[in-house]
Amino acid sequence: MLNAIVYTLLSTIKIGIVIGILLLIIAYLIWVERKVMAHMQLRLGPMRVGWHGLLQPIADGLKLIFKEDIIPSQASKVVFVLAPVIATVPALMSIAVIPFGDTISILGISIDMVITDVNIGILFILAVTSVGVYGIMLGGWSSNNKYSLLGALRSSAQMISYELSLGLSLIGVIMISQSLSLVDVVNSQAKCWFVILQPLAFIIYAISAIAETNRCPFDLPEAETELVAGFHTEYSSMKFALFFMAEYANIITVSAVAVTFFFGGWRGPFLPPVAWFLIKMALCIFFFIWLRSTYPRFRYDQLMKFGWKVLLPAALANILITGLVMVLL
Amino acid sequence: MLAGLLFIIMGLITIVCALCVVFQKNPIYSAIFLIQTMVSLAVLYVLLHAQFIAAIQVMVYAGAIMVLFVFVIMLLNLNKTDVEGDYDKLLFQKPSAIILGFILVVMIGVVTLNTVFQGTQGEYTPESISQIGNTQLVGKMLFTKYVFPFEIASILLFAAVLGAIILAKKQIIKDKEV
Repeated sequence: MLNAIVYTLLSTIKIGIVIGILLLIIAYLIWVERKVMAHMQLRLGPMRVGWHGLLQPIADGLKLIFKEDIIPSQASKVVFVLAPVIATVPALMSIAVIPFGDTISILGISIDMVITDVNIGILFILAVTSVGVYGIMLGGWSSNNKYSLLGALRSSAQMISYELSLGLSLIGVIMISQSLSLVDVVNSQAKCWFVILQPLAFIIYAISAIAETNRCPFDLPEAETELVAGFHTEYSSMKFALFFMAEYANIITVSAVAVTFFFGGWRGPFLPPVAWFLIKMALCIFFFIWLRSTYPRFRYDQLMKFGWKVLLPAALANILITGLVMVLL
Repeated sequence: MLAGLLFIIMGLITIVCALCVVFQKNPIYSAIFLIQTMVSLAVLYVLLHAQFIAAIQVMVYAGAIMVLFVFVIMLLNLNKTDVEGDYDKLLFQKPSAIILGFILVVMIGVVTLNTVFQGTQGEYTPESISQIGNTQLVGKMLFTKYVFPFEIASILLFAAVLGAIILAKKQIIKDKEV
């Protein structure tokens, strides 16, 4: 009984800390993105609110809360309100199985630096993130706006297409580590990072992760020049902010999965494990921002052709080669 | 105790959502309730210590198949009469649906009474499953004991894929001739 109480308390505290830090990172990620992109384009970015605009996320958040919340008169109201929630909750949930560090012991109680280590870890992440598509689809449909609907349809087609190669690219790693649990995947990278053993899988993962999160150069769902703002054209106030948060939470999730699967997770010398995890994740996120300020947008037919005719066969070939090598060695 | 309570709550949600799928007039709402039914079923699988099946249930049914459903419903661009239904055309469907539904319920009942309520414990208890590993066990069974049904299912799916490609190709060839 006592064990159960301690377990529940510990889990609650862990969830609270992780979600708190996650939300903080999301808020400051927007600041980082604006700053990094500005400096890449020889601008200064936000400078007014606080030192070098450090309080900008708080100012933006307050502004969004106090803005008028508009629901279009012809919209399907329940779905319209539900959509941002469906987009955000899965994005935040998927962080639950990612390990941040080794087991530590405080006051004689050993604490795993992971909210829960389920034996189907990566499947949990894939399942939960696949539900996130509905936020975008239903948001676009319920707005009763043709730009929103077009954005939603594009986005769902894109996300289903790239989800396949995303999942298949991870199978090579799972074959080597012999486990679906993310803790085991990190442990099996003690000697060698999987990015060295599975370079092709990493490239496929990186490309399809960018497409999954609807980021540039795959940001067709919200292509401003064609679709106004895509699926969230009609959204305002906190509902818009929720969609925004979901996008950044997804970036953090795919970066965390990339670190866990290909860059040895929290493993590294000298610094504490959590610091290593955060540094690696920050580099992955920087890569996302870097891409955005470098590449122009894909055309829609190019996107679909690339997903189905290049990435998917490459991912399948990678599985075949990995299997062959594993049988022969 | 807690698992039992959770089972009752999720079971009720599943049944209510499944009923809503049938009784909603707007197909999009039906689809949304069907998604919720799939997700609650996944929770029931977790309660049965079948985590792998639960994850696959959400990923395949809620995450892929239902996305296509919603996608098609959105593309169909239904107008008001389509949404509210044309009752005259559906007259013959009701009695046949009732008869077939009744037969299905009787079949499920007979099978359930003959197998599940026997009270004998099978080979795979929750303890033994957690020892071998859920995913490993499913994989092993699929490739040894149930390899024949597994291959038949794959041939069936392959035939469906071929059919879809032929249907899509027909349109392209026609367009080229014009």
